[in-house]
Amino acid sequence: MTDLIRITRVVGRPIPLRGNDIDTDRIIPARYMKAVTFEGMGQYAFYDARFDAEGHSKGHVMDDPRFEAKGPRVALVNKNFGCGSSREHAPQALHRWGIKAIVGESFADIFFGNCVAIGIPCVTTSEEDMLYLMLAVEEDPAHDLTVDLEAMKVTYRERMYPITLPGGVRSQLLDGTWDATRTLLQAQEQVRQTAARLPYVKGFRR
Amino acid sequence: MLASTLVDARAGGVATARGISYPCIAARKQVGKSLLDKVWDAHTVRELPSGQTQLFIGLHLVHEVTSPQAFQMLREQRLTVPFSARTFATVDHIIPTDTRQRPYADAQAEGMMSAIEQNCREFGVRFFDASSGHQGIVHVLGPELGLTQPGMTVACGDSHTSTHGALGAVAFGIGTSQVRDVLATQCLAIQRPRVRRIEVNGALPAGVYAKDVILQIIRRLGVKGGVGYAYEYAGAVLERMTMEERMTVCNMSIEGGARLGYVNPDATTFDYVRGREFAPAADAFERAVTWWKSMASDGDAAYHDVVRLDGAAIAPTVTWGINPGQAIGVDEEIPAPESFPADERDVAEDAYEYMDVKPGTRIRGTRIDVAFIGSCTNGRLSDLREAAKVARCGRVAAHVKALVVPGSQAVAEAAEAEGLHEVFKAAGFEWRLPGCSMCLAMNPDKLVGRQVCASSSNRNFKGRQGSPSGRTLLMSPAMVAAAALEGAVVDVRDMLSASAPAPSGRAQG
Repeated sequence: MTDLIRITRVVGRPIPLRGNDIDTDRIIPARYMKAVTFEGMGQYAFYDARFDAEGHSKGHVMDDPRFEAKGPRVALVNKNFGCGSSREHAPQALHRWGIKAIVGESFADIFFGNCVAIGIPCVTTSEEDMLYLMLAVEEDPAHDLTVDLEAMKVTYRERMYPITLPGGVRSQLLDGTWDATRTLLQAQEQVRQTAARLPYVKGFRR
Repeated sequence: MLASTLVDARAGGVATARGISYPCIAARKQVGKSLLDKVWDAHTVRELPSGQTQLFIGLHLVHEVTSPQAFQMLREQRLTVPFSARTFATVDHIIPTDTRQRPYADAQAEGMMSAIEQNCREFGVRFFDASSGHQGIVHVLGPELGLTQPGMTVACGDSHTSTHGALGAVAFGIGTSQVRDVLATQCLAIQRPRVRRIEVNGALPAGVYAKDVILQIIRRLGVKGGVGYAYEYAGAVLERMTMEERMTVCNMSIEGGARLGYVNPDATTFDYVRGREFAPAADAFERAVTWWKSMASDGDAAYHDVVRLDGAAIAPTVTWGINPGQAIGVDEEIPAPESFPADERDVAEDAYEYMDVKPGTRIRGTRIDVAFIGSCTNGRLSDLREAAKVARCGRVAAHVKALVVPGSQAVAEAAEAEGLHEVFKAAGFEWRLPGCSMCLAMNPDKLVGRQVCASSSNRNFKGRQGSPSGRTLLMSPAMVAAAALEGAVVDVRDMLSASAPAPSGRAQG
């Protein structure tokens, strides 16, 4: 088991990734999933949106010098981010590129769960706030953005934006139980009892 | 087209971008339970402090792409697989479809194949490899082996796990960390979804298939309309569908944002499961049917909302854009930006540019370069039969490369026993070995450059079929076959009615 890591706030330079319905094929094209580890996935994040066939930059925001920064990053996204494939390679690639939290209007179910499982908070703002936040960041990206899970707000350049996160997920991040394995292993006897109650587990034999 | 037949009755009357909302009438008297609730309750180990459920997983399916890191985490965390007999593995995503010669020409693919072989040996997981006679796309294999059964929970590191809901299972895709959790605990920590009932009433016209039904559902409800929901598919059209047709519908639930979709089990389901290798037999089967029936939604079950579509109004459907909701009837025009809700207009503009199409023009007549018949959506025997009926009408156009990739070794064997492979080959299609192939192009089957592919698969995302600029038009297998012959998008109904005095059609409309 890994140690409990409590995630109470994420502070980092923001990176706006505009667009609704951005699918996980776009976040990491399938051809870069041919690997037995997640190592090195960061370099393929949004690869086809960022690079042409010869590997030259297309001037994507992730490669724009204005948005270049060291340390943790916070992505700003719009609606239904991470739809499509269940590939955890997508949040793994973002995480390894540097993204440690995502602020968005809404997230696809499986992507959201995959992010929680590796400790990336995906918090939600209103459409109006995201419109304003993205404009503020694009106008002047050279400041840290704070995602505060205790106060449930995002702060950028002194302005605060309320955020939401399902209560259970928030507590998992705050108390460090977002990696579910440890929790699930605590109820092994109850698991056996549940299995014993299900008629198909014993092949519907009497 | 379907607007007049749609009722979106949403609890609380929350307005949606699509259609009118009404308060949920079913909420007045809540006595019955849906299948989702019954299966969920039966598999609940405990409620977690997070508000999630610790849910027991009855069937865990594993493939080579999303599992190697999970097995490695088991090793690093010194975890075992306590219910290893409830996990089954196969290889589908990376496997070549032209040769099974090992080692594979692609060293990365060979590495992934070696990893799953080693992982299954080490952790005691049954592995259906290419020498087993059972290898295939994981979502074709589960039902056809009788592994997937009504009333079960099914999880797999693949978003199209929703397919298994066709049998009345609660089946959903998970990520790799969750694959580790299921291996280590046979459980997941997961939120119970709300249930939306989608009724498709009436009868489908000839030449209209399950694929057209699900594309129209997604078009109507949007690619994010199902987030947080399980879709319960019902109505006369679903009741008359075969199991394979129901699988096509449930398969694409995730394309509408719903992590899972299901059809209540009925006589069609029980007949399908009976006699399959891992299905209960003899007396046990009878007891199973009793339990399965008890898991179906009650007649007075409460739903979060109910949506109704008229099956008779559905036409052969083709996608024109970059997500599966951007779909139109073959005779419709590509919609104008202002016809979309505000939050879909930018995606529509992006789609016109990427696909190089113009609003107001018809999709019919769009020239194609490649035709792909296969995938977990439409790679089953009945899909190949429908496509073969069309293939008998002519020959693949000279400029088109056409592939038929059966969903599993069992599908291939059954198709060959009927001579379907000869029909396809005679018409100029390539008959390949089973796998995911050009649905996501992790194997050598890929689009090149700006090629346009008529595809029976499930996603038309940018770059999905292996070329970063490749273009995908989703449609039914029969429509793909018709496009292959014509060299362009065409209405399969015209081709079928022109070639045969009485279209052989399907048993149901």
